[in-house]
Amino acid sequence: MTKAEAFRRALGPTTDDSHITRLDSGAVSVRANAEDVPRQHMGYRELNEVVRRLIAAGEKHIVLEGVVGQRYIASTASAKDLYIEIHGTPGNDLGAFLDGPTIEVFGNAQDQTGNTMNAGRIIVHGNAWDVTGFAARGGTILIKGNTGYRVGIHMKEYCGVHPTLVIGGTAKDYLGEYMAGGTIVILNLNAAISRSPVGLNVGAGIHGGKMLIRGRVQKHQLGPGASTASLSQADIEELEPIVKEFEKAFAVEAPRAYERWTKVVPTSSRPFSGHYDPTCV
Amino acid sequence: MSPERKTRSELEAPERYRQVIDYELCKRCKKCVNECSFRALEFVDGRVEPVGGCVACGRCINVCPADAIEIRMLPSQFPPHANFNERVRRAIMSQASTGGVLLTSCGTDVSHPVVFDEMLLDAAQVTNPAIDPLREPVETATFVGKRPGAIEVHEDGDRFRMGDDPGPMIAMDMPIMIGHISLGSVSYNAQKALFMAANELNILAGSGEGGLHKDFLPFAKNIVSEVASGRFGVTGEYLKRTAAVEIKIGQGAKPGHGGHLPGEKVSALISQTRMIPMGTDALSPYPHHDIYSIEDLQQLLSVVKESTEYKVPVGVKIAAVHNIGAIASGAVRAGADFITIDGFRGGTGSTPRIIRDHVGLPIEVAVSVVDQRLTKEGLRNKVTVFAGGSIRSSADMIKAIALGADSVMICTAALVAMGCRVCQQCHRGICSWGIATQREELVARLDPAIASARVVRLLRSWNEELKEVMGAMGIDSVEALVGNRDRLRYFGPNPRIAEIMGVKHVGEGWG
Repeated sequence: MTKAEAFRRALGPTTDDSHITRLDSGAVSVRANAEDVPRQHMGYRELNEVVRRLIAAGEKHIVLEGVVGQRYIASTASAKDLYIEIHGTPGNDLGAFLDGPTIEVFGNAQDQTGNTMNAGRIIVHGNAWDVTGFAARGGTILIKGNTGYRVGIHMKEYCGVHPTLVIGGTAKDYLGEYMAGGTIVILNLNAAISRSPVGLNVGAGIHGGKMLIRGRVQKHQLGPGASTASLSQADIEELEPIVKEFEKAFAVEAPRAYERWTKVVPTSSRPFSGHYDPTCV
Repeated sequence: MSPERKTRSELEAPERYRQVIDYELCKRCKKCVNECSFRALEFVDGRVEPVGGCVACGRCINVCPADAIEIRMLPSQFPPHANFNERVRRAIMSQASTGGVLLTSCGTDVSHPVVFDEMLLDAAQVTNPAIDPLREPVETATFVGKRPGAIEVHEDGDRFRMGDDPGPMIAMDMPIMIGHISLGSVSYNAQKALFMAANELNILAGSGEGGLHKDFLPFAKNIVSEVASGRFGVTGEYLKRTAAVEIKIGQGAKPGHGGHLPGEKVSALISQTRMIPMGTDALSPYPHHDIYSIEDLQQLLSVVKESTEYKVPVGVKIAAVHNIGAIASGAVRAGADFITIDGFRGGTGSTPRIIRDHVGLPIEVAVSVVDQRLTKEGLRNKVTVFAGGSIRSSADMIKAIALGADSVMICTAALVAMGCRVCQQCHRGICSWGIATQREELVARLDPAIASARVVRLLRSWNEELKEVMGAMGIDSVEALVGNRDRLRYFGPNPRIAEIMGVKHVGEGWG
């Protein structure tokens, strides 16, 4: 059986695979929309079904072309050496529960990218909007552009597993809310360092992890439980490889000037411990 | 959490309970002293002395080899006042001392009217024969998942095949599910006992929002995993291996409130299973921050269905609140294969007392409102409905089913079977029965095999009682009891409630 035949068999007899082509590089390409016909595209169920079949067939490099908002792409995918390349705009919940693969988006991503991610990498050559990196507990998310509201909220770390979220541009309100671990880096590449790259209520309820922000974060921008500090030598040592990874991923240069950065950290690992009265019988 | 109060100022609330030791019977074995996790007993000058802090958990009574201990309530210090009753005054005193939001656990202990107790069941006489369940089959199997509505059958040559795949279904032997009690709120041994019982009974048990310990994977076919706002322990494997997945929006004991597992309970084991740092408070956000609308709920349902490749039922748990009918309808339209309604009397391992005692609506009303609404909108036959929130007995179970639930969900009753005395101290993490604690020496007190056998016996007896009542009604399948309000009559002071529930008043016939 040739590799192509094995691949077809894995796809199953009922799937019309005219939208699937083998590239010279060995990668397999899936076209998610009809190139010539406007508004003709695969539904998300169909596209995700194809992606799952390709993963099950052992494909290691999958290229999705003409993605037009299909949601839930690669949710729970777990092969460590799998690389998914997306051209177009993937829909919400891209890489939800992701557990190992690398997803690279050449375009913008929508909401909830990397929702509850466990491991792997998501690289977005554009913007990613609200709730990016929600509840991630591992892996790396790199966003070249800006992000929306409630980004990186409730990220957590445990037993050496540690999520990293790097944003090239800015983030809006409630960045790192409920944060219980991990590292969020805001590079603020598109604006002057004098402009704060984050919105209000930064780190509301944060009780673990840290945010390293290139620029100022004023007191009124902080949420309850959050405090600011300047970067320590240890922070800079942690930051340097993260920034290098970002520079490599997007072939850009990021300024350092670490003395002008701000660190946002929790005031306590138990921010609400005094809030309750557990003694009334 | 503030340190435990031991010395009281003259303005603080006096002790509520006191252990009384019969020194003639006492053998001075100190067992009670060693077993009291609330440190309310001490061995002083050769004898056992109560030192305050008793919560009436009853551990000392049960472990005393000489039956020498009793616990007395101490009401006499408070001058009687029906309005500013003792409970009210104690709350004021405590808050005046601590300045905190009162924290409590279990279901509400306020004596709100229980509508279950104001309803009577029907039985068959003359015109419809009763069935003897000991000699004739009475079916209690219950199916969980999206109902196909009508089954299509197509002729395919000389064969017949079914139309659209009706989707995943789970069969339970009885209309009872053990609810979501997380590892964290209860101990490893307690959760193991519940899963063992569910496995033996062939019913479902909820994982709770604390993830799933790897040791419990052998019970996965009996486990409904939960995706709550904290996403603790939620991984692809967690979703894929369990029998069903439930998205928890709310809990009856704390509608609109998140979770708060205090750092004391976040041990190494809990940190591993919840996938959070050790010793920090495990905070579940109040809402899911990826769900601000029914459309967003549809999105999370869809991503879980995609993740599980449409192989397991995916449902939604909502707390019973005043607009429950519309919310349930929205959840079903969003794609929930089952919905769980949790009434306001339901239990919890930790909740602000203000919310537990004052927010929500009783499950009796909620489930009947949901059943009627879904029926009216042509959705009821597409979905499985669970009803929970203080199902205390088989009578509550039968009435909940007749009001429109496919199955009930029970929690506190199972814990009581395992030793819980409902002392409402779960949030302190020092449960003397080894249930709501993570302290190893306390957890070891609970033998999962014994506890699980007790839960099995309890639920089997309830199922037998269900069969007895169904037999008396002349109903041979529990599915024919679901939403069968004709077999209920209201017998309480407020006929308006009966009207809302669609239940006739006592004295009204079938016509």
